[in-house]
Amino acid sequence: MAFESLTEKLQNVFKNLRSKGRLTEEDVKAALKEVKMALLEADVNFRVVKQFVKAVEERAVGQDVMNGLNPGQMVIKIVNEEMIALMGSDTTEIAMQPGKAVTVIMMVGLQGAGKTTATAKIAGKLKTKGKKSLLAACDVYRPAAVEQLQINGKKQEVDVFSMGTDHRPAEIAAEAVAYAQKNGHNVVILDTAGRLHIDEDMMRELQEIKEKVTVHQTLLVVDAMTGQDAVNVAKEFDEKVGIDGVVLTKMDGDTRGGAALSIKAVTGRPILYVGMGEKLSDMEQFYPDRMANRILGMGDVLTLIEKAQENIDLDEEKSREMAGRMKKGKFDFEDYLESMKQMRKMGGLSGILGMLPGMGIKGADLESLADDKQLRQTEAIVLSMTKEERRDPKLLNLPRKNRIARGAGVDIAVVNRFVKQFEQSQKMMKQFGGGGKHGRGMFGGFPGMGGRFPF
Amino acid sequence: MSDERNVEKKGFFTRLRDGLAKTRNNIVHGIDSVFSGFSAIDDDFYEELEEILIMGDIGVSATADIIERLKKQVKEQHIKEPQECKRLLIEGIKEQMHVDETAYDFEDRQSVIMLIGVNGVGKTTSVGKLAGKLKSRGRKVLIAAADTFRAAAGEQLAEWAKRADVPMIGGKEGADPASVVFDAVSAAKARGVDVLLIDTAGRLHNKKNLMEELRKMNRIIDREFPDAHRENLIVLDGTTGQNALVQAREFGEVAQLTGIVLTKLDGTAKGGIAVAIQSELNVPVKYIGVGESIDDLQKFDADEFVNALFDIESAE
Repeated sequence: MAFESLTEKLQNVFKNLRSKGRLTEEDVKAALKEVKMALLEADVNFRVVKQFVKAVEERAVGQDVMNGLNPGQMVIKIVNEEMIALMGSDTTEIAMQPGKAVTVIMMVGLQGAGKTTATAKIAGKLKTKGKKSLLAACDVYRPAAVEQLQINGKKQEVDVFSMGTDHRPAEIAAEAVAYAQKNGHNVVILDTAGRLHIDEDMMRELQEIKEKVTVHQTLLVVDAMTGQDAVNVAKEFDEKVGIDGVVLTKMDGDTRGGAALSIKAVTGRPILYVGMGEKLSDMEQFYPDRMANRILGMGDVLTLIEKAQENIDLDEEKSREMAGRMKKGKFDFEDYLESMKQMRKMGGLSGILGMLPGMGIKGADLESLADDKQLRQTEAIVLSMTKEERRDPKLLNLPRKNRIARGAGVDIAVVNRFVKQFEQSQKMMKQFGGGGKHGRGMFGGFPGMGGRFPF
Repeated sequence: MSDERNVEKKGFFTRLRDGLAKTRNNIVHGIDSVFSGFSAIDDDFYEELEEILIMGDIGVSATADIIERLKKQVKEQHIKEPQECKRLLIEGIKEQMHVDETAYDFEDRQSVIMLIGVNGVGKTTSVGKLAGKLKSRGRKVLIAAADTFRAAAGEQLAEWAKRADVPMIGGKEGADPASVVFDAVSAAKARGVDVLLIDTAGRLHNKKNLMEELRKMNRIIDREFPDAHRENLIVLDGTTGQNALVQAREFGEVAQLTGIVLTKLDGTAKGGIAVAIQSELNVPVKYIGVGESIDDLQKFDADEFVNALFDIESAE
């Protein structure tokens, strides 16, 4: 999978980047190279990627690296923020006409983008907001398109207006609006035929509809799986017909959906809805942060960054103190508990390891290493110790160990193994001058991730 | 080559070029400018090549492979001229995309052709066009409408069946598609049909239950019609990006693919992902869809496709 190789690549980037403080040009370039690949793999248009990456580079160089992150992660944090800023907008709803006036919405797009389905879905959504919609069947070309709209309209319990396939779409649109005004509908949604953006005649047909009736909102329906060509499509539709918003369909697939970024970059129009399934209820609001996450394909890194951000204030002091103690080999069971607590906050050890491309731990290793169940067991052992025992592991003699084993509900052998491994790792830490190889922030607080701890 | 095909070809190509010409000024730009704009084969030159391939939806990794192979050839053959390099690149892709002569044998045998793919790629339309094509070759064709999910899909196909003048077997909306397949196979055998064309519902490849449904349909044909030649054609939207590769991989898991129908190539999209699919999965493109009328489904021509991919003005 593309994602795996990407994570691996990132890992290498992280390995080589150890600079502290500010992001250097080198850090930024190295990380952005991978970001660029990720965006291209996600089908973001080549030109858009180029521009975007350049903008991020300018912003990122010289920025402070946040505590708890390495430079590569810091760059991705900035990339993510920029993507969200680019894709988000103040408009998140279809702009409606005030009062009882009829709002006319026209759905446009290529063949197979999902216009007819989206039309009915939007009507269903508006219905929950108390709007009464009328769907107008303006696709007079595709066999059975009118029937499809009628069936979908019935499912959503919204009215459908059709005049068969022998009238011009502009005529049908005008009649539909008149019908709506007479029958108390306050929204008319025009379902138009799929058309190629370079088909002059068909594009003129849309212009004709706009001349005949006042269209308040023209929505471009785009298949989320669209590749590099998305920019051409969006640009042509916007230039020739003019669009006010975008509906992204088939997002329930596993596409990374880079088209969203391309379209927003090219047209500047807001993405209003995303189609998340075949059922008519599966039309959702657009969340730029989720989309950025998906396009970047580094969701896990992003989650980690987010969590680091949340926890950093609380725990920074403690982990620094702990790292200091570790260097002196004075790491005791109390510290162990504390680091466990921190880990839990970040979703457990497996959570953290899974999130961290930089850790270089793959599937099977991860399983054996990050057994959360085992972690709970060792935690139970530590919690069964008295405060004195935790501070001074040397106190642990056989009767004490027996008591602890009973308290934790484990065999004494387990306690023995744990204490022994703990002592060994203490020794090792002393030798290496501390496990704080990662140096900064909270990751300095997790000694012996490489298996020196008894889990 | 028959006259008829020549006409078809020209129609498509002219239209394709016309389409391209209109958008060329902004985004699309030709490879010729790249090759002529460079006097030496250097990093910038390769980078520009990379851009063209990626802009054609070939994808990052397939592009990297192609460039690497090209670099190796350039070195081995001591090529210095960008023009020569161009020839190498294009010939390489053409060779890779070449379709075996036996690829269309099924047209003259007793066969079952199932069209599968995600939603909105043009399966129903392709079934209709294929039916018309085979019918005009004098084959006895039967269509099965196994898309019982999408509203009015049956009606849409019925219209195509009427246009192609072939019979159709269908099921009610919501019926088990496997039962439609079963009925269709029985009917095909009873009526001595040459080619059974099965239209299936669009399904996203990450929907487990829908993919299992497809696996079941495939199994029923295997079981009920073991003597028939089998074709499972995946229909891919030519405007789709990298996800098409995943689609081909996943669909191939449940029903072994024998070919690709690449649709919607009459726009500005190049369908380059087919190159990546060919190199990774070894599934050839057999047909391309270039328009809405019943004749707008054509046999795949590697030369033509690659020329269009690189926006080369005339087929040499």
